[in-house]
Amino acid sequence: MSTVDPTTGTGALDAAAAADPLTIAGRAFRSRLLLGTGGFQSLEAMAEAIKVSGSELVTVALRRIDPGAAGSIMDVIADAGVEVLPNTAGCYTARDAVTTARLAREAFETNWVKLEVIGDDRTLLPDAIELVEAAEILVDDGFVVLPYTTDDPILARRLEDVGCAAVMPLGSPIGSGMGINNPYNIAIIRERTQLPVVLDAGVGTASDAALAMELGCDAVLCASAISRAHDPRAMSLAIKAAVEAGRLARVAGRIPRRLHAEASTPDAGLPDFGVADA
Amino acid sequence: MPQRTHHSFDVAVVGGGIIGLAVAWRAQRHGMRVVLLERAPAVATGATHAAAGMLAPVSEAHVAERELLALGLESAARYPDFVAQLAQASPLDAGFLACGTLRVARDRDEAEALDRERAVRERLGLPVERLLPTAARRRESGLAPTIRLALEFADDHAVDPRAISAALADAFTRAGGELRTGAEAAALTSAGDRVTGVALASGAAGDGASIAADQVVVATGAWTERLGGLPAGARVPVRPVKGQILRLRDPAGPGLMTRVLRMDPGYLVPRGDGRYVLGATMEERGYETDVTAGGVFELLRDAIELVPGLSELVIEEVEAGLRPGTPDNAPALGAGALRGLHWAAGHHRNGILLAPITADLLLQSLTGSPLDPLAAPFAPGRFTTTTKEVAA
Repeated sequence: MSTVDPTTGTGALDAAAAADPLTIAGRAFRSRLLLGTGGFQSLEAMAEAIKVSGSELVTVALRRIDPGAAGSIMDVIADAGVEVLPNTAGCYTARDAVTTARLAREAFETNWVKLEVIGDDRTLLPDAIELVEAAEILVDDGFVVLPYTTDDPILARRLEDVGCAAVMPLGSPIGSGMGINNPYNIAIIRERTQLPVVLDAGVGTASDAALAMELGCDAVLCASAISRAHDPRAMSLAIKAAVEAGRLARVAGRIPRRLHAEASTPDAGLPDFGVADA
Repeated sequence: MPQRTHHSFDVAVVGGGIIGLAVAWRAQRHGMRVVLLERAPAVATGATHAAAGMLAPVSEAHVAERELLALGLESAARYPDFVAQLAQASPLDAGFLACGTLRVARDRDEAEALDRERAVRERLGLPVERLLPTAARRRESGLAPTIRLALEFADDHAVDPRAISAALADAFTRAGGELRTGAEAAALTSAGDRVTGVALASGAAGDGASIAADQVVVATGAWTERLGGLPAGARVPVRPVKGQILRLRDPAGPGLMTRVLRMDPGYLVPRGDGRYVLGATMEERGYETDVTAGGVFELLRDAIELVPGLSELVIEEVEAGLRPGTPDNAPALGAGALRGLHWAAGHHRNGILLAPITADLLLQSLTGSPLDPLAAPFAPGRFTTTTKEVAA
């Protein structure tokens, strides 16, 4: 990609991304795409998808892997040169989530945690009450907490109040691929919080990721949309491009929606050829 | 090194799971003098012991793994002959069951996913039949009335991995093969770029001895990384992938389910006599083999939702086994980076299915014949550096 003219094409996208880093808890990231590691058919497929995504942060469920096991997911992540964001997937209570986060801090040697506290296993929706309590405890314990939350603007504010480093609202339930069900709520969360907003669940394809960024999200986290696609590598590339395109469009500033047409060429100052006889 | 070697073998097979047993039997039957080394006190105690024995290339097919699908289809096609030949070599029944497989969906989401899977198979020209719930329940009355859709894969069958392993071990020794259990291989031995045999671990039966062999087959499954004596760059990367699995028995006898039932996630495999195997979790936990409350709960919860009658069954066994996984989920088959070294490892979820084709391909490899072109994508060289690089 470095051979592409930096003023056009993909090179320009990369240059724009480099000039506009994502900052979470004082750390800058070039990539605005975070990857989940669940659901890949093979380690090889996961390695490929991570590589082409340009992602610098991938999330791993402590409950599903042993970080010490050789030749496992951890080796693929290390080889890819990306950082691990441990998550507390599979936790149903604040107590479990706090314990899991502390184990993850030991195992992965990072105080960053993607906090998930799930209400039930059919919807995998966050349990708001347990989530806030766990966030409070973990922030107090020195963690950089990135909570997976519903698209509720008030809950997002509560999470900001207790000291989280970002908020990660869902677009729709985990793995559903239904995109962003309530774009207005995502826009309100963006408007009301100073924190980075990372759209965390529901992305089904590239356009969903672009929409998230156009709504003002700072980043997108994507797992199933890539890992369960027929060709994860191609989908990873597509979503990377969509995140970058959506971010640029947000920064560029979209035109307002209008009910009626407005000609792109104004008629004021047009030459008068003397044929129009009004 | 103590010189206590009494025999020299044509082939030493390291590992007495179904793959090692199948390769050893085929080679011995071909007239080679074969020794099989198994570290446990009995054969088939690892992944083979835990495995359910689905022979399900079509229902398990993944769109991104076309070459593995082709290998699986060929191996499934060879199964009836493989079992028939085994029946002539040993009186022990191999436990082959031509039962077919059903995949079921329990809600709209799963039904859509199932239709997507069906479309993939139809595009690949694989046999699949779509069944509405009533039709599916006419074939399997044990299915819950709440299912939404089913697919039948009439050619996907099952075998009892423990039974066929016992039959293979019996056939191997009857053919004159030397089976050594409690004999843990510590390392391959080599001279220059040629293997010379296997050194046994101290404490093993035949403590510290070496076994001289012209050729060595590595069939060590999930424990491959523990085998010494392989030069750097000559090693196939295999990691353990844990699976928790249950064995159930119906006191009322057979009939609750006659086909293999594949759900999302997991499967229920009938043995045809009222016994069932319910598996399996997929966990990246290194060599840990704990059975957990959550693992067992999830398996039972999903299965009982689909087959309510399962709740009456007796739990006979719960265990966790380790699948040998490679980075691309496919096995390493054929000659390795040293002369005389052959790989038959890394079969992941497909070791039982791939046993016949693995045995056939490894016999080609051991006799120096050109390998079936089907094996090309599975050359061990895709993971290792070349012999020249190793020597340099």
